[in-house]
Amino acid sequence: MHLLNLYNCLQTYLVIGALLFGFGIYGLVSRRTIIGMLISSELILAAASMNFMAFSRFLAPDPATGRIFTLFIMAIAAAEAAIAVSIVISVYRNYKSIDTEDIVDLHG
Amino acid sequence: MQATICQTAVNPSLFSAEGFVGLIFLATIALIVVGALIATTSKRLVRCVAGLAVCFTGLAGAYYFLLSPFIAMMQMLIYVGAVSIIIAFAIMLATPENEDTAEIKGAGLAGPLGFSLGALFFSALTILGLKTHWQVFPRQGTGNLKQIGTDLLTRHAMVFELISIVLLMAILGAVVLARKGRD
Repeated sequence: MHLLNLYNCLQTYLVIGALLFGFGIYGLVSRRTIIGMLISSELILAAASMNFMAFSRFLAPDPATGRIFTLFIMAIAAAEAAIAVSIVISVYRNYKSIDTEDIVDLHG
Repeated sequence: MQATICQTAVNPSLFSAEGFVGLIFLATIALIVVGALIATTSKRLVRCVAGLAVCFTGLAGAYYFLLSPFIAMMQMLIYVGAVSIIIAFAIMLATPENEDTAEIKGAGLAGPLGFSLGALFFSALTILGLKTHWQVFPRQGTGNLKQIGTDLLTRHAMVFELISIVLLMAILGAVVLARKGRD
């Protein structure tokens, strides 16, 4: 595995996917606002589709399957973003805040 | 450690065409890493969204290197063009004017906990990816755009229809949720 030949190797893409997943988990735990957590969850979805694409390019017998599932992940991510944004706007109307520390009405 | 799975094992010279392609791929990786870093550590939410768009642009480049320019184009259209913009709209519509900061939680131990969790997952997945003995199956399909379209409407037709219903429900739900409470 050479530095200029990295784009032909499966492990490069797996490490990129793991890196995106780690960043997503870090942001999801440490962010204080809902929008920050939404951005981190998009990173996690991108990591999943990265792995699908890498396996479909290098290992799978039929490369179309991984690409189709990447398209499905994109559709799910778009739907999730639309729903999450409308929930954020609705929460902001009721609480005048998107801080997770302020939305604790159900806290026992 | 098992042998890495590479299509070609040669080391291209820096001044050949393959070497230049390798340099472009290194720049793509840099885009992904820098974008993800900005998206998760920046203090202002607008910069987080900009970092997310940069990261998704780099991912589109990586998909191009994975021999599927159609998915790269879809990545640019859906993620960079739609998802980032809709999150930017959320920031504009639902952020208090005086505090549009998204700083890392100060008092609690969420910051170190999140960092250690992320580092744990990253190292575990990296070790798993590098140590596993991957088995390469012989190719059957071509995976081009024509085959993707045929598979979408034959083998994966059920999932395709379900995705359509999910998208319809998402549109309706977004309209209902965001419309309620408007005077």
